[in-house]
Amino acid sequence: MVTITRTPRQAATPQPSEPQDLRGPRRGPNERRRFAAFGYLSPTIVLLIVLMATPVAMVVGYSIFDNVITNRDPQVVGFANYVQIITDRAFWQAGRNTLVFTLVSVAVHMVLGLTFAMLLNTDLIGPRLRAAYRVVLVLPWLFTIAIVAVLWRMLLDPRGVVNYLLNTVGIDVGLTDWLGSPALALGAVTVINIWAGYPFFMISLLAGLQGIPAEMHEAAKVDGANPVQRFWNVTIPQLRPLLISLGLLDVIWTTQQFPLIWMTTGGGPMGATEVLSTYTYKLAFSRYEFALASTSAVVILLASLVLAIFYARSQKMKD
Amino acid sequence: MTDLVRKPLPVPSPGALRKQRTRRLQRTGVVVSLTIASLFSGLPVLWMLSNSFKPNGQIFEFPPRLVTESFSFDAYTAILTDPVKLRFFLNSYVVALSVTALTLLVGLLAAYAFSRFDFPGKKTINVVIVGVQAVPPITLLIPYFGLVVALRLYNTYPGLILTYMMFTLPYAIIMLTGYLNTLPRELDEAVKVDGAGGWTALWRILVPIAVPGLVSVGIYTFMIAWNEFLFALTLTRTEDMRTVPIGIQLLMGQHAYEWNQMLAMSVMGCLPVLLLFLFFQRYFIGGLTAGSVKL
Repeated sequence: MVTITRTPRQAATPQPSEPQDLRGPRRGPNERRRFAAFGYLSPTIVLLIVLMATPVAMVVGYSIFDNVITNRDPQVVGFANYVQIITDRAFWQAGRNTLVFTLVSVAVHMVLGLTFAMLLNTDLIGPRLRAAYRVVLVLPWLFTIAIVAVLWRMLLDPRGVVNYLLNTVGIDVGLTDWLGSPALALGAVTVINIWAGYPFFMISLLAGLQGIPAEMHEAAKVDGANPVQRFWNVTIPQLRPLLISLGLLDVIWTTQQFPLIWMTTGGGPMGATEVLSTYTYKLAFSRYEFALASTSAVVILLASLVLAIFYARSQKMKD
Repeated sequence: MTDLVRKPLPVPSPGALRKQRTRRLQRTGVVVSLTIASLFSGLPVLWMLSNSFKPNGQIFEFPPRLVTESFSFDAYTAILTDPVKLRFFLNSYVVALSVTALTLLVGLLAAYAFSRFDFPGKKTINVVIVGVQAVPPITLLIPYFGLVVALRLYNTYPGLILTYMMFTLPYAIIMLTGYLNTLPRELDEAVKVDGAGGWTALWRILVPIAVPGLVSVGIYTFMIAWNEFLFALTLTRTEDMRTVPIGIQLLMGQHAYEWNQMLAMSVMGCLPVLLLFLFFQRYFIGGLTAGSVKL
């Protein structure tokens, strides 16, 4: 700080982006600056090579062998693993479950997140009360997924408090085992995921709502638009880019969800909640089919890249 | 304050009265909706807290009670006096804090390069860093397992710390580059005119001003590392290397469920993130939204 006040600012301002000129060209400033930039970047580049490029190359490599890691003499089998994965019913079942789990979660996240954000954004209640509600509503998001899983296993237990409350208000569910029934388990884990994830939307959309200029609503009011029309013609168009990018981000995250499934149902009962990540994990670490698991991992990677390209497009549209 | 000014106004017109009435009605609607929403988010948390103070036998008692006569801290005492369980917490803190410190350091250096230098391949490296975030963890899991075993880092802190950095670093670089870009270049260039190098400019000038950005990214990084499950499960083996999320899973795998202890451990496991949120709410939300937009 002292340095700033001591230096005459004018000295730097004329050409702020090219201070090399002030030092004179004889030291080859561009060369030095390039070298310096790579100096600062070198830890990142090393990490990217060791922890990203290498493993991605490894997993693609693994996928063309008969088996790896536990196998001393792996044989190349080409695309045989891909054929096996693509024709595996359990893989498609896991894919379907992942899709349902993801689409329902993301849609409800968005609706709840936007509703709660709009409720929190009104000036009808005082700022203190609003802040208190905001803290309570954000709570689920501050919980580690492992903890969310324990908590909901307790709530959804046949003797748990959810069944008690439903029975008390007259919805007769008896001693339903929500997570243990093949027909209900996927719905149950989706509800848990909705509970755990909506605050992310809520907080982001709240910031988005606060960014909409008040004049736009005033102008619409003057034109005679009612609140519903203002919602569809002002709020939604203004939030649209944010909604798209949050939605795609959530799709990417939800398709990758592992701990929630693993700790509530483990993919069961009878594969009812098996998702792609638990399917792949089990292939590798329960059945020790590391090559097959790698193949599945590569297929998931390709699907994610398609999603990522959509995401990048949506970002570009926004700019 | 505005209410105080508005109240003594003499005889409001019928139109204003109606407006006031609709406003009161709307207010009630908002409060009712928010209260229902809060029950949805808050009741499970309250129930967790309540059950962590009960003896194990009362967790599923019928009808359920929020507070029972046998309210006690026994479950917490059991966790806090069990060296195995305390070790889970120690491991989580060591890993999460190391990941945070290293991510901030490495991320800051890279962000400085992106923000203040032009160099060949800048665009490509930038695209790679953004793109890396789309690689699903499950894809990396199997090669990491092979790699970590080969590097003799299986079941060690460095194995976990390095792994986690791959998930925290891209975000940190993107966020910090954005943050540094908002700081005028004149600041650091001015020191350089005085003869100091880029290194000095970074540490003496930029870092002190960039503290809010660093806090924001640091919180996010800490949360990711604190919550991580899949790699902690796969890359550690012995009980003394397990982190809190895996510790909770181990408790669930035991023959007889100690629900109250699991819940007590959960409450303690939430505490760091909860406190971070309460104290740094502004940074939290700022970092989160900026990240969600820029990622």
